[in-house]
Amino acid sequence: MNSSIHYRHWIAFHTLFSREVRRFIRIWPQTLLPPAITMTLYFIIFGNLIGTRIGEMDGFRYMDYIAPGIIMMSVINNAYANVASSFFSSKFQNHIEEMLVAPIPNYLILAGYVAGGTARGLCVGFIVTLVSLFFTQLSIAHLFITFSMVILSAVMFALGGFINGIYARSFDEIAIIPTFILTPLTYLGGVFYSISLLPDFWQHVSLANPILYMVNAFRYGMLGISDIAVTTAFAMILSCIAALTCFALFLLYRGTGIRN
Amino acid sequence: MTALSIRNLTKTYRNGLTALKGIDLDVNQGDFFALLGPNGAGKSTTIGVISSLVTKSSGSVTIFGTDLEKDPERAKSFIGLVPQEFNFNGFEQVKHILIAQAGYYGVPAKLAEPRADELLHQLGLWDKRNTPARALSGGMKRRLMIARALVHNPQLLILDEPTAGVDIELRRSMWAFLTKINQQGTTIILTTHYLEEAENLCRNIAIIDHGNIIENTDMKSLLNKLHKETFIFYLKSALPNDFTLTIADYLKLDDTTIEIEIDRDTGLNSIFTALTQQNIDVCSMKNKANRLEELFLGLVEKSEATL
Repeated sequence: MNSSIHYRHWIAFHTLFSREVRRFIRIWPQTLLPPAITMTLYFIIFGNLIGTRIGEMDGFRYMDYIAPGIIMMSVINNAYANVASSFFSSKFQNHIEEMLVAPIPNYLILAGYVAGGTARGLCVGFIVTLVSLFFTQLSIAHLFITFSMVILSAVMFALGGFINGIYARSFDEIAIIPTFILTPLTYLGGVFYSISLLPDFWQHVSLANPILYMVNAFRYGMLGISDIAVTTAFAMILSCIAALTCFALFLLYRGTGIRN
Repeated sequence: MTALSIRNLTKTYRNGLTALKGIDLDVNQGDFFALLGPNGAGKSTTIGVISSLVTKSSGSVTIFGTDLEKDPERAKSFIGLVPQEFNFNGFEQVKHILIAQAGYYGVPAKLAEPRADELLHQLGLWDKRNTPARALSGGMKRRLMIARALVHNPQLLILDEPTAGVDIELRRSMWAFLTKINQQGTTIILTTHYLEEAENLCRNIAIIDHGNIIENTDMKSLLNKLHKETFIFYLKSALPNDFTLTIADYLKLDDTTIEIEIDRDTGLNSIFTALTQQNIDVCSMKNKANRLEELFLGLVEKSEATL
């Protein structure tokens, strides 16, 4: 066991990440299947049935217009839910102690969970993308922007899920944020419409919604159109990731919710 | 070398409860050390601080010369912890739990796997290696926690009531296992409510009560402090009506059973002589309570009286 500290850290991170991936694959009927079914319904109802009556939006069929938003919605919801529920479960069953007694620095605990949540977000995003191929002809206008935006969004919401998991004292408390904050923000984040359709006042209010930036930047990556400047979207997301990372590390350092 | 050194350790919880009031403790490398105390005395808080599950209020903890606060990663790498409560993911398979725990200590799976297999064999869990942990019996779960604590070859093993709720056969096999790994060089700190366990296994002992260490010595010296022992004698025939015993206090429990409190200076021989002189035959005898238990109760009562 004379291995270097970097190697030991890599092994610890890999162990945590593998455990997280193994977990969401083991319970795939709860983690991977429901988003596929829900998003299929979105495509059928909003895209096919209602969308054909709406016509075009920003020069694209409505179905094609909403597809990037629906993919992004599934990514952020699942990245968030994975970390929040997994981290809270580890507190609830006390097996978080396995990590707390081990020589794992706080940033690696955070990185392991966030990587696991990001992996689930991307897995679900991939599944929903496959589903969308039955309804749309997907194209990618800007490959780098598409992939970097989906990964950064998953990371950002995985961090949010981690902080939720730290504060949560019951399973109810990991459902409150997704139900009362995340879902409304997602629906109001330009998944189903362009904010140019809104009155001026609500357009300005919408700019305070971080999901708007992600959806639009991702849509820009796929379709080449956006309500928001893509550089602004990247700056906003990177700033949020930096702030959430610092806050999560601070909570871990203080032992909030995990140490007496 | 000192395996564990604690200096002036205090812990006050948010609710105002002061669980540790500035304790000092040293455990030498290779020792089998007992930390005893009544419920709520501060044992689990002490172990919690050593294993980083509880944040100390002040003081220092040094593990094999490494300050836990200054270099937590190195200090933690020496420790294996068997906590009081089951704390593994019940949905994970037994072997996965062990390999993951080794991974947290930076041991790659290819090295952890043979070590995990060895421990699963030694602790009688090999047949359950692919079983989800929640499906194990209580005794198996205890053994799984011991295996998990040892999978990264720690130099200091801390066991917080490892045999609580374990049947006597399993308890004895765990004692044999712990003795073996101690002989192989692992320093062991044990808390237990079974004082017989501490007396049989441990060489040194500290007793903690109300957040203070009230005794810290080697087991032999501590037992030498016991001036009186109470024995129960089972007699062959009924005790005569005119029975008397002047050299010790006694209590007749029934016609053929008598309890005698014997001074260390008096000794057993003189008791037997006195009984023989009155034509009383003894079938068998036993200690009324474990010797350490008598001492422990005496020390704790004394400590409470001074509060």
